[in-house]
Amino acid sequence: MPVTYLEGRLKHAALEVQEYVRLLGATCRAVVTRPRYGHDIVEQFDVIGVGSLTVVLLTGFFTGAALASQSGLTLDQFGGRAVVGRLISASMIKELGPVLTALMLTGRIGSGIAAELGSMVVTDQIFALRALGTDPVRKLVVPRVLAGVLMAPVLTIISDFVGIVGGWLVSRYQLQVASGVYWSSVTEALYTQDVWMGLVKPFVLGFAIVTIACHVGLRTQGGTQGVGRATTAAVVAGSVAVIAVDFFVTQLLIKLMY
Amino acid sequence: MTAAEILAEPGAPVIVCDHVRLSFDEKVVLKDVGFTLIKGHTKIILGASGSGKSTILKIITGLLRADSGVVWVNGARVDQLSEREMMAVRADMGMIFQEGALFDSLTVRENVGYKLYEETDMPIAQVDRRVEEVLGFIGLGEFIHRMPSELSGGQRRRVAIARAMAFKPRILLYDEATTGLDPITATTVDDEIIKLRDLEDVSSIVVTHQLRDAFYIATHMAVRAPDGRVEILPASPDKERQAEFIMFRDGLVCFEGDADALRQSTDPYLRTFLS
Repeated sequence: MPVTYLEGRLKHAALEVQEYVRLLGATCRAVVTRPRYGHDIVEQFDVIGVGSLTVVLLTGFFTGAALASQSGLTLDQFGGRAVVGRLISASMIKELGPVLTALMLTGRIGSGIAAELGSMVVTDQIFALRALGTDPVRKLVVPRVLAGVLMAPVLTIISDFVGIVGGWLVSRYQLQVASGVYWSSVTEALYTQDVWMGLVKPFVLGFAIVTIACHVGLRTQGGTQGVGRATTAAVVAGSVAVIAVDFFVTQLLIKLMY
Repeated sequence: MTAAEILAEPGAPVIVCDHVRLSFDEKVVLKDVGFTLIKGHTKIILGASGSGKSTILKIITGLLRADSGVVWVNGARVDQLSEREMMAVRADMGMIFQEGALFDSLTVRENVGYKLYEETDMPIAQVDRRVEEVLGFIGLGEFIHRMPSELSGGQRRRVAIARAMAFKPRILLYDEATTGLDPITATTVDDEIIKLRDLEDVSSIVVTHQLRDAFYIATHMAVRAPDGRVEILPASPDKERQAEFIMFRDGLVCFEGDADALRQSTDPYLRTFLS
Protein backbone atom coordinates (compact mmCIF):
# COMPACT_ATOMS: atom_id res chain seq x y z
CA MET A 1 0.00 0.00 0.00
CA PRO A 2 2.70 2.61 0.93
CA VAL A 3 4.57 1.72 -2.29
CA THR A 4 1.43 2.26 -4.35
CA TYR A 5 0.80 5.59 -2.61
CA LEU A 6 4.39 6.70 -3.21
CA GLU A 7 4.21 5.52 -6.83
CA GLY A 8 1.02 7.51 -7.31
CA ARG A 9 2.58 10.65 -5.85
CA LEU A 10 5.70 10.28 -7.99
CA LYS A 11 3.64 9.74 -11.14
CA HIS A 12 1.55 12.79 -10.29
CA ALA A 13 4.68 14.90 -9.72
CA ALA A 14 6.23 13.68 -12.99
CA LEU A 15 3.00 14.50 -14.85
CA GLU A 16 2.93 18.02 -13.39
CA VAL A 17 6.55 18.62 -14.42
CA GLN A 18 5.83 17.25 -17.90
CA GLU A 19 2.79 19.50 -18.32
CA TYR A 20 4.70 22.53 -16.97
CA VAL A 21 7.53 21.95 -19.43
CA ARG A 22 5.00 21.47 -22.23
CA LEU A 23 3.36 24.81 -21.29
CA LEU A 24 6.77 26.51 -21.31
CA GLY A 25 7.46 25.11 -24.79
CA ALA A 26 4.06 26.21 -26.11
CA THR A 27 4.54 29.66 -24.56
CA CYS A 28 7.98 30.14 -26.11
CA ARG A 29 6.65 29.08 -29.53
CA ALA A 30 3.65 31.41 -29.18
CA VAL A 31 5.85 34.38 -28.21
CA VAL A 32 7.82 34.20 -31.46
CA THR A 33 4.98 33.28 -33.84
CA ARG A 34 1.67 34.84 -34.90
CA PRO A 35 -1.12 35.48 -34.08
CA ARG A 36 -0.54 37.80 -31.11
CA TYR A 37 -3.22 39.52 -29.08
CA GLY A 38 -1.81 43.04 -28.68
CA HIS A 39 -4.59 44.53 -26.59
CA ASP A 40 -4.41 41.63 -24.11
CA ILE A 41 -0.66 42.22 -23.77
CA VAL A 42 -1.19 45.94 -23.07
CA GLU A 43 -3.98 45.11 -20.60
CA GLN A 44 -1.75 42.69 -18.69
CA PHE A 45 1.09 45.23 -18.52
CA ASP A 46 -1.40 47.54 -16.85
CA VAL A 47 -2.84 44.88 -14.51
CA ILE A 48 0.52 43.41 -13.49
CA GLY A 49 2.69 46.53 -13.70
CA VAL A 50 0.58 49.52 -12.72
CA GLY A 51 -1.75 47.41 -10.56
CA SER A 52 1.12 46.14 -8.40
CA LEU A 53 2.75 49.53 -7.91
CA THR A 54 1.15 50.42 -4.55
CA VAL A 55 1.98 47.14 -2.86
CA VAL A 56 5.55 47.25 -4.19
CA LEU A 57 6.05 50.87 -3.09
CA LEU A 58 4.82 50.15 0.43
CA THR A 59 6.82 46.92 0.77
CA GLY A 60 10.02 48.50 -0.52
CA PHE A 61 9.71 51.61 1.63
CA PHE A 62 9.07 49.81 4.91
CA THR A 63 11.69 47.15 4.21
CA GLY A 64 14.35 49.82 3.67
CA ALA A 65 13.21 51.73 6.74
CA ALA A 66 13.20 48.65 9.00
CA LEU A 67 16.55 47.54 7.59
CA ALA A 68 18.07 50.95 8.46
CA SER A 69 16.77 50.75 12.05
CA GLN A 70 18.11 47.21 12.55
CA SER A 71 21.41 47.90 10.80
CA GLY A 72 21.90 51.06 12.87
CA LEU A 73 21.74 49.05 16.09
CA THR A 74 24.22 46.46 14.82
CA LEU A 75 26.61 48.98 13.25
CA ASP A 76 26.69 51.01 16.49
CA GLN A 77 28.48 48.07 18.13
CA PHE A 78 31.36 48.67 15.72
CA GLY A 79 31.02 52.45 15.53
CA GLY A 80 30.01 52.08 11.89
CA ARG A 81 26.70 53.95 11.85
CA ALA A 82 27.94 56.18 9.01
CA VAL A 83 28.09 53.24 6.55
CA VAL A 84 24.43 52.30 7.04
CA GLY A 85 23.68 53.46 3.48
CA ARG A 86 26.17 50.98 2.07
CA LEU A 87 24.43 48.09 3.86
CA ILE A 88 20.98 49.19 2.77
CA SER A 89 21.83 49.70 -0.91
CA ALA A 90 23.69 46.38 -1.17
CA SER A 91 20.93 44.45 0.64
CA MET A 92 18.07 46.08 -1.25
CA ILE A 93 19.55 45.93 -4.72
CA LYS A 94 21.12 42.48 -4.61
CA GLU A 95 18.63 40.56 -2.52
CA LEU A 96 15.71 42.15 -0.72
CA GLY A 97 14.39 44.24 -3.61
CA PRO A 98 14.14 41.37 -6.14
CA VAL A 99 12.96 38.74 -3.64
CA LEU A 100 10.41 40.82 -1.74
CA THR A 101 9.01 42.31 -4.95
CA ALA A 102 8.72 38.80 -6.39
CA LEU A 103 6.99 37.54 -3.24
CA MET A 104 4.54 40.44 -3.35
CA LEU A 105 3.87 39.73 -7.03
CA THR A 106 3.28 36.06 -6.20
CA GLY A 107 0.67 37.02 -3.63
CA ARG A 108 -0.99 39.59 -5.81
CA ILE A 109 -0.78 38.44 -9.41
CA GLY A 110 0.06 34.74 -8.95
CA SER A 111 -3.13 34.18 -7.00
CA GLY A 112 -5.12 36.37 -9.40
CA ILE A 113 -3.90 34.53 -12.48
CA ALA A 114 -4.56 31.09 -10.97
CA ALA A 115 -8.05 32.11 -9.83
CA GLU A 116 -8.95 33.71 -13.15
CA LEU A 117 -7.70 30.90 -15.35
CA GLY A 118 -9.04 28.29 -12.91
CA SER A 119 -12.51 29.85 -13.06
CA MET A 120 -12.33 29.85 -16.85
CA VAL A 121 -11.42 26.15 -16.83
CA VAL A 122 -14.23 25.04 -14.51
CA THR A 123 -16.86 27.09 -16.38
CA ASP A 124 -15.77 25.67 -19.77
CA GLN A 125 -14.57 29.10 -20.99
CA ILE A 126 -11.21 27.61 -22.00
CA PHE A 127 -13.02 24.95 -24.08
CA ALA A 128 -15.17 27.75 -25.53
CA LEU A 129 -12.03 29.71 -26.50
CA ARG A 130 -10.62 26.67 -28.29
CA ALA A 131 -13.95 25.91 -29.96
CA LEU A 132 -13.96 29.50 -31.26
CA GLY A 133 -10.53 28.99 -32.79
CA THR A 134 -8.38 30.71 -30.17
CA ASP A 135 -5.29 29.11 -28.65
CA PRO A 136 -5.57 29.76 -24.87
CA VAL A 137 -1.78 29.86 -24.55
CA ARG A 138 -1.53 32.74 -27.03
CA LYS A 139 -4.55 34.57 -25.67
CA LEU A 140 -4.11 34.07 -21.92
CA VAL A 141 -0.61 32.84 -21.09
CA VAL A 142 1.65 34.84 -23.42
CA PRO A 143 0.33 38.31 -22.40
CA ARG A 144 0.72 37.43 -18.71
CA VAL A 145 4.20 35.98 -19.16
CA LEU A 146 5.41 38.98 -21.17
CA ALA A 147 3.96 41.39 -18.62
CA GLY A 148 5.40 39.39 -15.70
CA VAL A 149 8.88 39.10 -17.20
CA LEU A 150 9.13 42.74 -18.25
CA MET A 151 7.32 44.44 -15.38
CA ALA A 152 9.03 42.53 -12.52
CA PRO A 153 12.40 44.28 -13.17
CA VAL A 154 10.70 47.69 -13.44
CA LEU A 155 8.85 47.13 -10.16
CA THR A 156 12.04 45.85 -8.55
CA ILE A 157 13.96 49.01 -9.52
CA ILE A 158 11.14 51.12 -8.03
CA SER A 159 11.15 48.98 -4.90
CA ASP A 160 14.96 49.31 -4.56
CA PHE A 161 14.72 53.09 -4.89
CA VAL A 162 11.93 53.61 -2.35
CA GLY A 163 13.67 51.15 -0.01
CA ILE A 164 16.83 53.26 -0.10
CA VAL A 165 14.71 56.40 0.41
CA GLY A 166 13.01 54.71 3.40
CA GLY A 167 16.45 53.86 4.77
CA TRP A 168 17.55 57.45 4.27
CA LEU A 169 14.59 58.83 6.26
CA VAL A 170 15.32 56.54 9.20
CA SER A 171 19.08 57.18 8.96
CA ARG A 172 18.56 60.93 8.83
CA TYR A 173 15.90 61.40 11.49
CA GLN A 174 16.36 58.39 13.80
CA LEU A 175 20.04 57.48 13.48
CA GLN A 176 21.06 61.12 12.92
CA VAL A 177 23.30 60.28 9.96
CA ALA A 178 23.84 63.29 7.66
CA SER A 179 22.13 63.03 4.26
CA GLY A 180 25.37 63.59 2.34
CA VAL A 181 27.10 60.81 4.27
CA TYR A 182 24.18 58.43 3.69
CA TRP A 183 23.92 59.01 -0.07
CA SER A 184 27.67 58.84 -0.68
CA SER A 185 27.73 55.60 1.29
CA VAL A 186 24.88 54.25 -0.84
CA THR A 187 26.72 54.87 -4.11
CA GLU A 188 30.15 53.83 -2.80
CA ALA A 189 28.93 50.31 -2.12
CA LEU A 190 27.41 49.81 -5.54
CA TYR A 191 29.45 47.80 -7.99
CA THR A 192 28.42 47.01 -11.55
CA GLN A 193 28.06 43.30 -10.69
CA ASP A 194 25.62 44.15 -7.89
CA VAL A 195 23.47 46.16 -10.25
CA TRP A 196 23.49 43.34 -12.81
CA MET A 197 22.54 40.84 -10.13
CA GLY A 198 19.67 43.06 -9.04
CA LEU A 199 18.48 43.42 -12.64
CA VAL A 200 18.83 39.83 -13.87
CA LYS A 201 17.05 38.19 -10.95
CA PRO A 202 13.63 39.83 -11.44
CA PHE A 203 13.45 38.69 -15.07
CA VAL A 204 13.86 35.07 -13.97
CA LEU A 205 11.63 35.44 -10.91
CA GLY A 206 8.86 37.19 -12.90
CA PHE A 207 8.94 34.36 -15.45
CA ALA A 208 8.77 31.70 -12.72
CA ILE A 209 5.86 33.36 -10.85
CA VAL A 210 3.66 33.84 -13.90
CA THR A 211 4.33 30.51 -15.62
CA ILE A 212 3.68 28.60 -12.38
CA ALA A 213 0.43 30.52 -11.81
CA CYS A 214 -0.70 29.92 -15.41
CA HIS A 215 0.17 26.22 -15.20
CA VAL A 216 -1.68 25.77 -11.91
CA GLY A 217 -4.68 27.78 -13.16
CA LEU A 218 -5.00 25.84 -16.41
CA ARG A 219 -4.75 22.50 -14.56
CA THR A 220 -7.62 23.36 -12.19
CA GLN A 221 -10.10 20.57 -11.54
CA GLY A 222 -13.16 20.25 -9.34
CA GLY A 223 -15.39 23.33 -9.52
CA THR A 224 -15.15 26.31 -7.18
CA GLN A 225 -13.31 24.26 -4.53
CA GLY A 226 -10.75 23.45 -7.17
CA VAL A 227 -10.32 27.16 -7.94
CA GLY A 228 -9.62 27.78 -4.25
CA ARG A 229 -7.07 24.96 -4.18
CA ALA A 230 -5.43 26.23 -7.37
CA THR A 231 -5.12 29.75 -5.94
CA THR A 232 -3.47 28.45 -2.77
CA ALA A 233 -1.20 26.14 -4.75
CA ALA A 234 -0.11 28.99 -7.06
CA VAL A 235 0.88 31.19 -4.11
CA VAL A 236 2.63 28.41 -2.19
CA ALA A 237 4.47 26.99 -5.21
CA GLY A 238 5.27 30.48 -6.49
CA SER A 239 6.68 31.65 -3.14
CA VAL A 240 8.84 28.55 -2.70
CA ALA A 241 10.00 28.85 -6.30
CA VAL A 242 10.97 32.51 -5.76
CA ILE A 243 13.21 31.63 -2.80
CA ALA A 244 14.70 28.57 -4.49
CA VAL A 245 15.22 30.21 -7.90
CA ASP A 246 16.77 33.23 -6.17
CA PHE A 247 19.33 30.95 -4.48
CA PHE A 248 20.30 29.19 -7.71
CA VAL A 249 20.42 32.38 -9.78
CA THR A 250 22.58 33.99 -7.07
CA GLN A 251 25.01 31.05 -7.19
CA LEU A 252 25.15 31.19 -10.97
CA LEU A 253 25.70 34.95 -11.11
CA ILE A 254 28.39 34.84 -8.42
CA LYS A 255 30.23 32.21 -10.47
CA LEU A 256 29.84 34.22 -13.67
CA MET A 257 30.50 37.76 -12.45
CA TYR A 258 32.53 37.83 -9.26
CA MET B 1 -15.64 14.01 -57.35
CA THR B 2 -13.78 16.03 -54.69
CA ALA B 3 -14.58 15.96 -50.99
CA ALA B 4 -15.96 19.51 -51.26
CA GLU B 5 -18.29 18.45 -54.09
CA ILE B 6 -19.48 15.41 -52.14
CA LEU B 7 -20.15 17.56 -49.09
CA ALA B 8 -22.10 20.05 -51.20
CA GLU B 9 -24.56 17.31 -52.27
CA PRO B 10 -27.86 16.97 -50.36
CA GLY B 11 -27.70 14.04 -47.95
CA ALA B 12 -23.92 14.25 -47.59
CA PRO B 13 -22.49 13.08 -44.24
CA VAL B 14 -21.03 16.08 -42.38
CA ILE B 15 -20.06 14.21 -39.21
CA VAL B 16 -19.14 10.53 -38.99
CA CYS B 17 -18.11 8.81 -35.77
CA ASP B 18 -16.97 5.21 -36.05
CA HIS B 19 -16.03 2.89 -33.15
CA VAL B 20 -15.08 5.80 -30.92
CA ARG B 21 -13.68 4.81 -27.56
CA LEU B 22 -12.46 6.98 -24.69
CA SER B 23 -11.53 6.29 -21.09
CA PHE B 24 -10.22 8.46 -18.28
CA ASP B 25 -7.78 6.33 -16.27
CA GLU B 26 -9.80 3.24 -15.31
CA LYS B 27 -13.20 4.74 -16.16
CA VAL B 28 -14.43 3.90 -19.67
CA VAL B 29 -16.70 6.77 -20.81
CA LEU B 30 -17.30 5.70 -24.41
CA LYS B 31 -16.93 2.01 -25.29
CA ASP B 32 -17.90 1.89 -28.93
CA VAL B 33 -19.86 4.80 -30.34
CA GLY B 34 -20.73 5.32 -33.99
CA PHE B 35 -23.24 7.46 -35.89
CA THR B 36 -23.52 9.72 -38.93
CA LEU B 37 -24.98 13.22 -39.14
CA ILE B 38 -26.43 14.07 -42.53
CA LYS B 39 -26.23 17.61 -43.87
CA GLY B 40 -29.18 19.74 -42.69
CA HIS B 41 -30.38 17.04 -40.28
CA THR B 42 -30.49 16.95 -36.49
CA LYS B 43 -29.16 14.22 -34.22
CA ILE B 44 -30.61 14.30 -30.73
CA ILE B 45 -28.42 12.42 -28.27
CA LEU B 46 -30.24 11.24 -25.16
CA GLY B 47 -28.84 9.46 -22.17
CA ALA B 48 -28.45 9.50 -18.42
CA SER B 49 -25.91 11.74 -16.71
CA GLY B 50 -22.38 10.39 -17.19
CA SER B 51 -23.31 8.33 -20.25
CA GLY B 52 -20.79 10.18 -22.42
CA LYS B 53 -23.14 12.53 -24.30
CA SER B 54 -21.11 15.70 -23.75
CA THR B 55 -17.85 13.81 -24.22
CA ILE B 56 -18.69 12.83 -27.80
CA LEU B 57 -19.32 16.51 -28.65
CA LYS B 58 -15.90 17.44 -27.25
CA ILE B 59 -14.32 14.66 -29.32
CA ILE B 60 -16.05 15.95 -32.47
CA THR B 61 -14.75 19.49 -31.84
CA GLY B 62 -11.27 18.14 -31.06
CA LEU B 63 -11.37 19.43 -27.47
CA LEU B 64 -10.80 15.84 -26.31
CA ARG B 65 -9.01 13.12 -28.23
CA ALA B 66 -10.50 9.63 -28.50
CA ASP B 67 -8.36 6.65 -27.50
CA SER B 68 -9.40 4.89 -30.70
CA GLY B 69 -11.92 5.14 -33.51
CA VAL B 70 -12.40 7.49 -36.41
CA VAL B 71 -14.12 10.90 -36.44
CA TRP B 72 -14.77 12.79 -39.70
CA VAL B 73 -16.03 16.37 -39.74
CA ASN B 74 -16.68 18.02 -43.10
CA GLY B 75 -14.36 15.54 -44.77
CA ALA B 76 -11.46 15.99 -42.32
CA ARG B 77 -10.30 13.22 -39.97
CA VAL B 78 -10.27 15.23 -36.76
CA ASP B 79 -8.91 12.34 -34.68
CA GLN B 80 -5.61 12.74 -36.55
CA LEU B 81 -5.38 16.54 -36.67
CA SER B 82 -3.13 18.70 -34.50
CA GLU B 83 -4.62 21.55 -32.45
CA ARG B 84 -3.41 24.05 -35.07
CA GLU B 85 -5.02 22.03 -37.93
CA MET B 86 -8.25 21.72 -35.93
CA MET B 87 -8.70 25.50 -36.04
CA ALA B 88 -9.66 25.25 -39.74
CA VAL B 89 -12.28 22.57 -38.97
CA ARG B 90 -13.67 24.64 -36.09
CA ALA B 91 -14.17 27.58 -38.45
CA ASP B 92 -17.27 25.79 -39.75
CA MET B 93 -18.51 24.40 -36.46
CA GLY B 94 -20.00 26.11 -33.42
CA MET B 95 -20.60 24.68 -29.98
CA ILE B 96 -22.98 25.76 -27.25
CA PHE B 97 -21.74 24.64 -23.85
CA GLN B 98 -23.62 23.73 -20.70
CA GLU B 99 -24.37 26.98 -18.80
CA GLY B 100 -23.31 28.94 -21.92
CA ALA B 101 -19.61 29.36 -21.04
CA LEU B 102 -19.81 33.07 -21.90
CA PHE B 103 -16.64 35.08 -21.27
CA ASP B 104 -17.62 36.88 -18.09
CA SER B 105 -15.20 39.79 -18.55
CA LEU B 106 -16.70 40.68 -21.95
CA THR B 107 -20.02 42.33 -22.81
CA VAL B 108 -22.74 40.54 -24.80
CA ARG B 109 -21.54 42.36 -27.94
CA GLU B 110 -17.92 41.26 -27.39
CA ASN B 111 -18.99 37.71 -26.58
CA VAL B 112 -21.17 37.34 -29.65
CA GLY B 113 -18.64 38.92 -31.99
CA TYR B 114 -15.62 37.31 -30.27
CA LYS B 115 -14.50 35.12 -33.16
CA LEU B 116 -15.07 37.81 -35.76
CA TYR B 117 -13.30 40.51 -33.73
CA GLU B 118 -10.36 38.35 -32.65
CA GLU B 119 -9.83 35.70 -35.29
CA THR B 120 -10.81 37.34 -38.58
CA ASP B 121 -9.85 40.46 -40.54
CA MET B 122 -13.47 41.53 -40.92
CA PRO B 123 -13.84 45.33 -40.47
CA ILE B 124 -15.17 46.33 -37.04
CA ALA B 125 -18.25 48.06 -38.50
CA GLN B 126 -19.16 44.89 -40.40
CA VAL B 127 -18.68 42.75 -37.26
CA ASP B 128 -20.88 45.15 -35.30
CA ARG B 129 -23.61 44.80 -37.94
CA ARG B 130 -23.37 40.99 -37.82
CA VAL B 131 -23.55 41.03 -34.00
CA GLU B 132 -26.68 43.20 -34.09
CA GLU B 133 -28.16 40.91 -36.74
CA VAL B 134 -27.68 37.69 -34.74
CA LEU B 135 -28.83 39.30 -31.50
CA GLY B 136 -31.92 40.47 -33.36
CA PHE B 137 -32.43 36.91 -34.68
CA ILE B 138 -32.51 35.53 -31.13
CA GLY B 139 -34.49 38.51 -29.82
CA LEU B 140 -31.87 39.95 -27.48
CA GLY B 141 -30.93 43.10 -29.39
CA GLU B 142 -31.51 45.38 -26.41
CA PHE B 143 -29.03 43.43 -24.24
CA ILE B 144 -26.02 44.16 -26.45
CA HIS B 145 -24.15 46.25 -23.86
CA ARG B 146 -24.96 44.07 -20.83
CA MET B 147 -22.42 41.86 -19.05
CA PRO B 148 -23.18 38.10 -18.86
CA SER B 149 -23.69 38.39 -15.09
CA GLU B 150 -26.64 40.72 -15.76
CA LEU B 151 -28.49 38.11 -17.86
CA SER B 152 -30.90 35.37 -16.79
CA GLY B 153 -30.05 31.71 -17.38
CA GLY B 154 -32.18 31.52 -20.54
CA GLN B 155 -30.72 34.75 -21.92
CA ARG B 156 -27.19 33.44 -21.33
CA ARG B 157 -27.96 30.28 -23.33
CA ARG B 158 -29.42 32.34 -26.15
CA VAL B 159 -26.38 34.63 -26.19
CA ALA B 160 -24.23 31.48 -26.33
CA ILE B 161 -26.24 30.36 -29.37
CA ALA B 162 -25.75 33.82 -30.92
CA ARG B 163 -21.99 33.57 -30.30
CA ALA B 164 -21.84 30.14 -31.92
CA MET B 165 -23.85 31.23 -34.99
CA ALA B 166 -22.24 34.68 -35.49
CA PHE B 167 -19.56 33.35 -37.84
CA LYS B 168 -22.15 31.35 -39.82
CA PRO B 169 -20.97 27.79 -39.17
CA ARG B 170 -22.79 25.02 -41.02
CA ILE B 171 -22.64 22.69 -38.01
CA LEU B 172 -23.82 23.49 -34.48
CA LEU B 173 -23.38 21.28 -31.44
CA TYR B 174 -25.65 21.95 -28.44
CA ASP B 175 -24.51 20.57 -25.11
CA GLU B 176 -27.45 20.53 -22.67
CA ALA B 177 -28.60 23.92 -23.96
CA THR B 178 -31.87 23.79 -21.99
CA THR B 179 -30.84 21.98 -18.82
CA GLY B 180 -31.84 23.86 -15.69
CA LEU B 181 -34.21 26.23 -17.51
CA ASP B 182 -37.93 26.53 -16.81
CA PRO B 183 -40.16 25.05 -19.58
CA ILE B 184 -41.11 28.44 -21.08
CA THR B 185 -37.50 29.66 -21.31
CA ALA B 186 -36.40 26.23 -22.56
CA THR B 187 -38.95 26.52 -25.38
CA THR B 188 -37.45 29.85 -26.49
CA VAL B 189 -34.04 28.16 -26.70
CA ASP B 190 -35.59 25.18 -28.56
CA ASP B 191 -37.17 27.63 -31.01
CA GLU B 192 -33.74 29.12 -31.76
CA ILE B 193 -32.35 25.63 -32.46
CA ILE B 194 -35.27 24.91 -34.83
CA LYS B 195 -34.94 28.30 -36.57
CA LEU B 196 -31.22 27.82 -37.17
CA ARG B 197 -31.79 24.34 -38.58
CA ASP B 198 -34.70 25.23 -40.85
CA LEU B 199 -33.93 28.81 -41.86
CA GLU B 200 -30.11 28.82 -41.85
CA ASP B 201 -29.68 25.20 -43.01
CA VAL B 202 -27.46 24.32 -40.06
CA SER B 203 -26.74 20.65 -39.32
CA SER B 204 -26.94 20.07 -35.59
CA ILE B 205 -26.30 17.64 -32.79
CA VAL B 206 -28.39 18.29 -29.70
CA VAL B 207 -27.28 16.64 -26.48
CA THR B 208 -29.92 16.63 -23.77
CA HIS B 209 -31.66 14.55 -21.17
CA GLN B 210 -34.76 16.75 -21.31
CA LEU B 211 -37.24 14.59 -23.24
CA ARG B 212 -39.73 17.42 -23.61
CA ASP B 213 -37.15 19.57 -25.43
CA ALA B 214 -35.86 16.63 -27.50
CA PHE B 215 -39.32 15.79 -28.85
CA TYR B 216 -40.22 19.46 -29.34
CA ILE B 217 -37.14 20.01 -31.54
CA ALA B 218 -37.78 16.78 -33.46
CA THR B 219 -41.46 17.42 -34.08
CA HIS B 220 -41.49 21.12 -34.96
CA MET B 221 -40.21 23.19 -37.83
CA ALA B 222 -39.68 26.87 -38.54
CA VAL B 223 -41.22 28.62 -41.53
CA ARG B 224 -40.98 32.21 -42.61
CA ALA B 225 -44.43 33.67 -43.28
CA PRO B 226 -44.96 35.94 -46.33
CA ASP B 227 -44.84 38.99 -44.02
CA GLY B 228 -41.34 37.95 -42.83
CA ARG B 229 -42.39 36.64 -39.41
CA VAL B 230 -40.95 33.30 -38.34
CA GLU B 231 -43.50 30.71 -37.22
CA ILE B 232 -42.83 27.48 -35.35
CA LEU B 233 -45.26 24.82 -36.58
CA PRO B 234 -45.68 21.03 -36.16
CA ALA B 235 -43.18 19.37 -38.51
CA SER B 236 -44.24 17.60 -41.68
CA PRO B 237 -43.58 13.80 -41.69
CA ASP B 238 -40.58 14.34 -44.00
CA LYS B 239 -39.13 17.02 -41.76
CA GLU B 240 -39.74 14.88 -38.69
CA ARG B 241 -37.67 12.08 -40.21
CA GLN B 242 -34.71 14.47 -40.52
CA ALA B 243 -34.40 14.49 -36.73
CA GLU B 244 -32.92 11.25 -35.44
CA PHE B 245 -32.60 10.16 -31.84
CA ILE B 246 -29.61 8.32 -30.41
CA MET B 247 -29.69 6.88 -26.92
CA PHE B 248 -26.40 6.39 -25.05
CA ARG B 249 -26.15 3.77 -22.35
CA ASP B 250 -22.95 2.73 -20.58
CA GLY B 251 -20.78 4.18 -23.34
CA LEU B 252 -22.67 2.42 -26.15
CA VAL B 253 -25.41 3.48 -28.57
CA CYS B 254 -28.45 1.46 -27.48
CA PHE B 255 -31.00 3.05 -29.83
CA GLU B 256 -30.96 4.99 -33.09
CA GLY B 257 -34.11 6.07 -34.93
CA ASP B 258 -36.72 8.78 -35.39
CA ALA B 259 -39.26 10.08 -32.88
CA ASP B 260 -41.90 7.48 -33.87
CA ALA B 261 -39.46 4.59 -33.51
CA LEU B 262 -38.40 5.88 -30.10
CA ARG B 263 -41.99 6.22 -28.91
CA GLN B 264 -42.82 2.69 -30.11
CA SER B 265 -39.71 1.03 -28.72
CA THR B 266 -40.38 -1.84 -26.31
CA ASP B 267 -36.85 -1.88 -24.88
CA PRO B 268 -37.26 -1.84 -21.06
CA TYR B 269 -34.43 0.71 -20.56
CA LEU B 270 -35.92 3.07 -23.15
CA ARG B 271 -39.38 2.65 -21.66
CA THR B 272 -38.00 3.53 -18.21
CA PHE B 273 -36.15 6.54 -19.65
CA LEU B 274 -39.22 7.76 -21.51
CA SER B 275 -41.65 7.25 -18.64
